[in-house]
Amino acid sequence: MQEIKRVAIKATTQFKAVMAQHFLELDEAARTKNKKVAWCSSVGPAELALSLGFLVYYYENHAAILGTNRTAMDYIPIANAHGYSPDICSYLTSDIGAYLKGETPLTKAYGIEKIPRPDVLLYNTNQCREVYDWVNFYAKEFKVPVVGINTPRTQRQVRDDVVQSVTAQLEEMVPQLEEIAGRPFDIDEFREVLATSRECSRLWEEVLGTAKAKPSTITFSDACIHMGPAVVMRGRKEANEYYRILLAELKERVEQGIGAVEGERHRFYWEGMPIWGKLRMMSDTFGRLKACVSVSTYCSSWVFSGFDPKDPFQSMARAYCSIFIGQDDVGKEDYIAEKVEQFSIDGLIFHDAKTCPSNTNCRYGMADRLSERLGIPHLTINGDLNDLRCFSEEQTITNIEAFVEQIEES
Amino acid sequence: MGLYAGIDIGSCTTKAVVVDQEGNMVGSHVCRSGIDYQKAVEEALGTALGGKWDGIPILSTGYGRHSLEFASGTKTEIACHARGAFAYVPRALTLVDIGGQDNKVIKLDDKGHRLDFRMNRKCAAGTGTFIEEIATRIGIPLEQMDGMARKAEKRVKIGSYCTVFAQTEILSLIRAGVSPEEVARGVFESVVDRVMEMIPLADLVMLCGGVVAHNPVVVDIFKARVSGEVIVPPHPQLTGAYGAALIARESFG
Repeated sequence: MQEIKRVAIKATTQFKAVMAQHFLELDEAARTKNKKVAWCSSVGPAELALSLGFLVYYYENHAAILGTNRTAMDYIPIANAHGYSPDICSYLTSDIGAYLKGETPLTKAYGIEKIPRPDVLLYNTNQCREVYDWVNFYAKEFKVPVVGINTPRTQRQVRDDVVQSVTAQLEEMVPQLEEIAGRPFDIDEFREVLATSRECSRLWEEVLGTAKAKPSTITFSDACIHMGPAVVMRGRKEANEYYRILLAELKERVEQGIGAVEGERHRFYWEGMPIWGKLRMMSDTFGRLKACVSVSTYCSSWVFSGFDPKDPFQSMARAYCSIFIGQDDVGKEDYIAEKVEQFSIDGLIFHDAKTCPSNTNCRYGMADRLSERLGIPHLTINGDLNDLRCFSEEQTITNIEAFVEQIEES
Repeated sequence: MGLYAGIDIGSCTTKAVVVDQEGNMVGSHVCRSGIDYQKAVEEALGTALGGKWDGIPILSTGYGRHSLEFASGTKTEIACHARGAFAYVPRALTLVDIGGQDNKVIKLDDKGHRLDFRMNRKCAAGTGTFIEEIATRIGIPLEQMDGMARKAEKRVKIGSYCTVFAQTEILSLIRAGVSPEEVARGVFESVVDRVMEMIPLADLVMLCGGVVAHNPVVVDIFKARVSGEVIVPPHPQLTGAYGAALIARESFG
């Protein structure tokens, strides 16, 4: 098959440095006990923990690394054998399987012997209930407390009483976290972290927005990698510095008309989780067909524009309640429709991820409704975020090729 | 006289069709794909053409389409089935192809353009492989399944998606006294169930693929279930290869 040429992202060097800093700081803290470590769900209350001096480790990020390097396939069966079903979140089963085997890809990547031991486990059910079960496994293993937020999902609109409840839960966390941190909470530090995190959101949103250009500056696969700092270093100035560099590079691409896909002819929307172990294969397949996945829901999930340092608790509560995954289908469809228009999209691709019902949005008729509303075709790919037993490469390639043929013939 | 060939390298069988300058089918052959694609391609093409294929434009399709070095071009089996079906009946239609390892449902408008398509999910239930597996498990030769199914006096429901679970379900039915004829019929009914779950079928439905070619009982079941007209082309198993040959003629003629 045809070799796909790529325009390398120069900022990858800085990207790697920021990610390395994140993991090496955690490792140092775990070894020297110079800082407390909080494990947090990816859209959990990280900013609160950061303001109390915790270093924050994201267990979903670790699982995504296991997916990307495909070692997930060695670990999922171990968790399955320990009573964690193959039908549940393969992030969870990959991560717990790796823990049970006593391995981590951080060893090879950064020379880190073990994942950093937590002092506290944080979660927010705004994205799914699985994170709660996940942290409870580790609570038993490490004998550390679980502190978190229970957020209702499938909301038509974010109701004030829900925001009040989440605000109260956030405020209730403070004394517990103060005790674990061994230091008092300072509202001004919290405001500052929130302001830094909001700036990260703004920059990341602007980075993603450069793909509105024709041709698109970056693909979904690029964005899945480069969103790393927005996930694990948000609230830290290093993430913002990184995104300023990346943004400058991508703005240069826009000015010079450089596209991520050579000879771009089609622009797609990706809805749902990435198939982490197949990012390259997917990117090659789309690239060969001169198609760019220009925008996704997933990579936009780390944009929290609602953070307001003047009203930190309530604005944080509202922002974390307002994430895409927490909305009902009406809200989700409006969101996608807006992006389709902004990014000049001519096809929708839905990933039906076998083990991720919470972030699979095509199971209740959305794909047909959106195609009818927007007048563009859709394709559903059966797969999974980490469990490649649920994915057929051949069938996926045939589906994508046929989808492009269909668009080209119409 | 200009000839054009289409080769459909499927998971179970390889199909070759040769058309002339006017698009008439002048040769064809079907053989098992086996594990050596090249060998199957050589047999199918060689027999269909009655000789060598040097200089003849060939379009490849099916799962093995990218592995044929001497092909002039490739298209997906979705495109080729659509083209083949529309050549038989140039009307808006829904094409159902039941193949060895996948099912396809393709909706075409009255110009032959594809409006939408679906392929089956991961599970093999509802495909030719499912029928083969069950036939082997219950010890009925594959070629006798159709005849047996026609003798069934009542319908038994096989509900499982999963081929393995369906086998267990069938063993329970046999233990409960269900006849082998009724089991055979239930297997074909189950194949139709899986297709009907993929997309609503109405108006004009064309059935093709190896399962339909070798098991006409499937056509009867569809006719009983679908409100619209159900038709079968003259060579149902060759629809994809025929479409590929026609695309070769249009692209390289």
